[in-house]
Amino acid sequence: MESCSSEGGTVVMSAVTKRFGSFAALKGIGLSVDRGEKIVICGPSGSGKSTLIRCINRIEKHDGGSIVVEGCLLDHRLTNIDKVRREVGMVFQSFNLFPHMTVLENCMLAPMLVRGLKAAEAEDVAISYLRRVRIADQAAKYPSQLSGGQQQRVAIARAMCMKPKIMLLDEPTSALDPEMVKEVLNTMIELAGDGMTMICVTHEMGFARQVADRVIFMDEGAIVEEGAPEQFFRQPKTQRARDFLSQVLH
Amino acid sequence: MTMDWLSGYGLQLIFGAVTMLSVALVALVVGTVLGISLGTAKIYGAKPLRYSAEAYTAVVRGVPDLIVIYLIYFGGTVALTKITGQYVDINGFAAGVAALAFIFAAYAGDIFRGAIGQVPRGQTEAAHALGLSPRAAFFRIILPQAWRLALPGFGNLAIILIKQTSLISVIGLEELLRASSVISGATRQPFLVYSVAAILYLIITSIVSWGFRNAGIRSNRGFA
Ligand SMILES: Nc1ncnc2c1ncn2[C@@H]1O[C@H](COP(=O)(O)OP(=O)(O)O)[C@@H](O)[C@H]1O
Ligand SMILES: [Mg+2]
Repeated sequence: MESCSSEGGTVVMSAVTKRFGSFAALKGIGLSVDRGEKIVICGPSGSGKSTLIRCINRIEKHDGGSIVVEGCLLDHRLTNIDKVRREVGMVFQSFNLFPHMTVLENCMLAPMLVRGLKAAEAEDVAISYLRRVRIADQAAKYPSQLSGGQQQRVAIARAMCMKPKIMLLDEPTSALDPEMVKEVLNTMIELAGDGMTMICVTHEMGFARQVADRVIFMDEGAIVEEGAPEQFFRQPKTQRARDFLSQVLH
Repeated sequence: MTMDWLSGYGLQLIFGAVTMLSVALVALVVGTVLGISLGTAKIYGAKPLRYSAEAYTAVVRGVPDLIVIYLIYFGGTVALTKITGQYVDINGFAAGVAALAFIFAAYAGDIFRGAIGQVPRGQTEAAHALGLSPRAAFFRIILPQAWRLALPGFGNLAIILIKQTSLISVIGLEELLRASSVISGATRQPFLVYSVAAILYLIITSIVSWGFRNAGIRSNRGFA
């Protein structure tokens, strides 16, 4: 049973389409991401950014084209979905921490259930990542007892505890109060320094400038423009990108 | 008279109460498992399963509880007699538990369906993104949160279940109500006997209410 090979890019999407009823949310996405590459996706609200990254770990099911992640073709085969999800971490705009578990339990659950770690090993891993996001002292608390910025850092640690090869982040700072954006961005910048492959939807252009290898601009379900951040911010090629940038850069 | 109460009748009432509690407890456990299954089938099930679950609820809700109890008792007797080839008088305890569990499940199913539906979709997404199997996502993430939301309604159902055990006196099981009616016949003091029975019911339902309130407080841990 052939399933995953280890050739080509770490994420390769070709001609990917996705509809919600009669509405086309993705209209033929082609995107190839190299190992270790940092990609920032931006674009107006409703342009399909979330849909695109959610297709990469099959939280959303695409209708056409193909998606290969870490050599695994994402199709109806459940085994591939499991393999892909083990290698891909995700951070959501609304954190989605498990409210009935402590911070530590949030971080230990998947390594134990999915990777088969023993409780003591999972706890070591969890504590080490919680330390890295500087929140180990809150390990015994419940998510609701933390600020938004702290919760999002826990969410990042929780994803990291699975030691994923690829990290997907969907507007990780959009739901935060302004004073908490920085602590989360700093955590993300550190994450980027690890050599992890990152695909991040964000309108934080400072972060994009500092971290991204490539910026992708989407509009109406398509990739309209892509390039190195320097070039994209200084000289956007399309009018749509210029309009968008003039809005987000004030 | 006092001696009679202490030796015979009092003991008979206590035994009635114990029988009642045993029926209620077993019916609660069976009915909860069945209720969660029904609720889950209604939300996640494929069409045939979903429709079967809806039909089940509609039937059990639409038929008086006493008739459900009779149908299961006599239906069970007929079925067992057919199967074994000789007349079998079905065990009153088993029939009572089954009937009450089936009734309980019909209502509990909808409480769980509502509660599961109230758990934000992001929770399932986060569980899937972490690689949890659908089964693990349900039992470790969704159900514990749904449980908290279901608890108040579920507690009410449990209280109703305790009182419904009095219905199974009709199939000859000597639970609290039947014991009371036997004793009141013997002593010719129905008011006294039924008052004592009422107090016993009240004590038990109060304890159970209190237990559910505590469980509710505990389940709210972590929720602001
Ligand atoms: N589950 C859904 N059902 C119907 N329409 C959806 C759903 N998810 C997204 N959409 C639509 O698809 C489009 C793209 O959504 P999304 O990918 O979330 O955009 P973005 O993240 O760029 O704001 C939007 O118009 C949105 O309304
Ligand atoms: Mg979005």
